[in-house]
Amino acid sequence: MATLQTQTAARFMMAPAVLLLLAWMIVPLSMTLWFSFQRYNLLMPGMEYFTGFDNYRYFFANPNFWAALTNTLVLVGGVLAITLIGGTLLALLLDQPMFGQGIVRLLVIAPFFVMPTVSALVWKNMLMHPVNGFFAWLARVFGFQPIDWFAQLPLFSIIMIVAWQWLPFATLIILTALQSLNEEQREAAELDGAGPLSMFFYIILPHIARALTVVMLIETIFLLSIFAEILVTTNGGPGTATTNLTFLIYMQSLLQFDVGLASAGGIVAVILANIVAIFLLRIVGKNLEA
Amino acid sequence: MARQISFRRKLGFTFLAWAIGLIIFFPILWTVLTSFKPEGQAIAIPPRFFDFDWTLENYETVQSRSNYFRHFSNSVISAVGSTLLGLLIAVPAAWAMAFSPTKRTKDVLMWMLSTKMLPAVGVLVPIYLIFRDLRLLDSHIGLIFVLTMINLPIIVWMLFTYFKEIPVDILEAARMDGANLRQEVIYVLTPMAIPGIASTLLLNVILAWNEAFWTLNLTTTNAAPLTTFIASYSSPEGLFWAKLSAASTLAIAPILIMGWFSQKQLVRGLTFGAVK
Repeated sequence: MATLQTQTAARFMMAPAVLLLLAWMIVPLSMTLWFSFQRYNLLMPGMEYFTGFDNYRYFFANPNFWAALTNTLVLVGGVLAITLIGGTLLALLLDQPMFGQGIVRLLVIAPFFVMPTVSALVWKNMLMHPVNGFFAWLARVFGFQPIDWFAQLPLFSIIMIVAWQWLPFATLIILTALQSLNEEQREAAELDGAGPLSMFFYIILPHIARALTVVMLIETIFLLSIFAEILVTTNGGPGTATTNLTFLIYMQSLLQFDVGLASAGGIVAVILANIVAIFLLRIVGKNLEA
Repeated sequence: MARQISFRRKLGFTFLAWAIGLIIFFPILWTVLTSFKPEGQAIAIPPRFFDFDWTLENYETVQSRSNYFRHFSNSVISAVGSTLLGLLIAVPAAWAMAFSPTKRTKDVLMWMLSTKMLPAVGVLVPIYLIFRDLRLLDSHIGLIFVLTMINLPIIVWMLFTYFKEIPVDILEAARMDGANLRQEVIYVLTPMAIPGIASTLLLNVILAWNEAFWTLNLTTTNAAPLTTFIASYSSPEGLFWAKLSAASTLAIAPILIMGWFSQKQLVRGLTFGAVK
């Protein structure tokens, strides 16, 4: 139906968004790529020169990189496991008939709206403090030795904080998917004698499979760049125990001013994120055709 | 035919769900409660739940000692400013893609989404250097620009999914009645699109308000929003729990309330329409 005139108009209407995003992506990314082949430190201005793949070689040879990569994977994997399993269980519970369902929902999704610096500091100081923290008090009430969370289990502490922030997201999306499950299909399965377990594995799980995948991919994109929670709680420490890839690159660029090395790290991070992105885009793209 | 559920079972689910809901909500509740405590009772062991001397002094101290409301208004300026700017750029684009789709529309949409997958740290160095040279570090304009760009793909996507649900026939009817493009947009599309635009606005204010990579790296004092301000409590001041709680409560309250109103849109916006 579209006439030539509306086609031209459409192109003009899309132009600002497309051009701005294109510039936002291409300009800094090509600069990062360029810097990554340079010996370039902000503390030594005017000393830049081309070094080929040296920065990449240093970056990969640095034991901190492998520690950061492991931490990134543990952080992402840990949070994913907690939020996907916890979110499914919680969504199944919230889907049951109960009094005050709406209010419980509000309570459960609330953490998602708390800004990262607030949740990290509240958890670190008021809940996980080894002496005055709420958890320490709970431990003593039940006769356990309080845990010094950030000294003994630094990475796990961060996983807990981040999982608390993302559990609502997973729950909400899985719940939305659950609620679109056909009631008759469920009843038919019940009539055929399906118990709760086979109901879950043969009817419910296939139905929410796509929601689970979407949650997994979107969380991965965000979790790969966890930053604020680490900055305000552990600053990457003790040692490199909680340094993830994002934080490592941040330290190299804005604290050690090594632009070249940080840029090489940035490119590595981009490649890693792209591997995840390809899968996510494929799923969303399929949905676009439907 | 609704399934018959025994009253006792319903009561059991109610109890379990409320217990879990309260545990999940507890850190927020605890923060709000602590913000009304005198500093000494905030760290008391055993913790005081409701039996403390309720006070507002923490809120006063936070404001007088740190100019809290400047950071609060910085958050408002950057979150609202970037969302409005984003809408200004995205509404025409989403309109064009929803109503005059071409073969390439889908590719453009997918490509926009892919820019969102670019990890921020991959472009941190160049953006930082460009901002330094243009003197945009710690400025409202710079921050608004960055927040607009990182949320633009989500804004376009959300608007697109909403606009696509507007029946095309009604536009054609208007066209038949002689409406030109401008009239079509103002009299037909806008009234029908307002709900979608409103929920897009809401979700993006939330996302921009809580953004904590660029705000932490690009601002220090002048344009510092609440994310950066609260982060300053990570050093010794974090020991003042009641003040930290007061600052935190004010920082999360407006967004929490907005978030509660936008639950449904949240699912849609954050899954790019893949789950509705």
